[in-house]
Amino acid sequence: MSSNSNLTTMKRTVEQLKLEASVDRIKVSQAAADLQQYCLQNASKDALLVGVPAASNPFREPRSCALL
Amino acid sequence: MCDQTFLAITFGPCDNCSQNKPLMNIYLKNEPINYCSLCVELMACQGLAKGETTNTLKAESESLKAKLEEERAKLHDVELHQVAEKIEALGQFVMKTRRTLKGHGNKVLCMDWCRDKRRIVSSSQDGKVIVWDAYTTNKEHAVTMPCTWVMACAYAPSGCAVACGGLDNKCSVYPLSLDKNENLAAKKKSVAMHTNYLSSCSFTNSDMQILTSSGDGTCALWDVESGQLLQSFHGHSADVLSLHLAPSETGNTFVSGGCDKKANVWDMRSGQNVQSFETHESDINSVKYYPSGDAFATGSDDATCRLYDLRADREVAIYSRDSIIFGASSVDFSLSGRLLFAGYNDYSINVWDVLKGTRVAILFGHENRVSTVRVSPDGTAFCSGSWDNTLRIWA
Repeated sequence: MSSNSNLTTMKRTVEQLKLEASVDRIKVSQAAADLQQYCLQNASKDALLVGVPAASNPFREPRSCALL
Repeated sequence: MCDQTFLAITFGPCDNCSQNKPLMNIYLKNEPINYCSLCVELMACQGLAKGETTNTLKAESESLKAKLEEERAKLHDVELHQVAEKIEALGQFVMKTRRTLKGHGNKVLCMDWCRDKRRIVSSSQDGKVIVWDAYTTNKEHAVTMPCTWVMACAYAPSGCAVACGGLDNKCSVYPLSLDKNENLAAKKKSVAMHTNYLSSCSFTNSDMQILTSSGDGTCALWDVESGQLLQSFHGHSADVLSLHLAPSETGNTFVSGGCDKKANVWDMRSGQNVQSFETHESDINSVKYYPSGDAFATGSDDATCRLYDLRADREVAIYSRDSIIFGASSVDFSLSGRLLFAGYNDYSINVWDVLKGTRVAILFGHENRVSTVRVSPDGTAFCSGSWDNTLRIWA
């Protein structure tokens, strides 16, 4: 039976590879451009990227000395 | 290595022999069929065309793999960092530990944020699962699991329950009550059952379904209320260590990474493996989707993190340096996807510029391996858990 299950596994692998080969792909330049665009569009909302004033970030204790 | 195949526990009449038996959900030319295991074996024998043997099938799979690589290479016209050359470099980063959550008695293995951006659930090697208020560092709930090494924990979208599991091979859901005196363990509900340790779990968009991944090489989708298996995902040839659901509201795909060095993208409704990526040189410890859902990042024991684009169907960036030799245990993106936070086994957290491929900061503070890193839901801070028994919130 084990040789049969090996064959079954191999058949499934071949079917799976055929499925993967038929996927629609786009060029890396286009994909990269889209990733970049998403980053730049959302950059202003990203607190860890641009930093928010200490008062509005709940995790930063407001240090009045530093602000003045 | 465990060779057990986790059979789906769907039970019903076989499409072929009409007997009521445990069914295997398989695909023939993209059509899902439900055959019992006996009929599957018979079909495999009959399905062989004249002259098809293991050797011919092996040759066919090799040639298909080569063809796949060729197709992917054709579209590889430029590198991501080349496209990103024109954008401004990031300035100096000042990120410090703002809170330290102490209370676990042993290594912290996993953590998750609540959608209210304030609460955190964390689990550790000693079996304790603790819910914290990150603003005040107070512990709100604590549960002791009956097993050690609770490797997975997740907060429910409603904030009313947490799911956790580990060496007990199960995923259990604990509803959180406002009454501090109530014994949470009494209301525990066992949802998932695997044949090996639970490595990762995640609620889908509602409290009603949980997705789990396990050391038995499979992922599975469960209904919380009934504990029923809704879909199982077979395709990894070794332990699955991590999974992440696609961010879109209507999304029904998820990505998983495992010890077979592969990252697989799955369709949740059909159980089909739609894309597979194998470029890492060692176990993939962590997978996370890019916020737009078009790409995902992985962290691996080969000391690199990589970015794979789903639409280009290939790896588009590698985040590594010769000086980094320890494996990356956990990765997460910042809100815009520009930064990738990765926790390493050399006790540090590296912050990478996703587009340019350069490292922008190293964060020190933990006194042992960093096991988990997660950015808060609104992106104002991120939390790291470590084998030094503490969690740190950085902002």
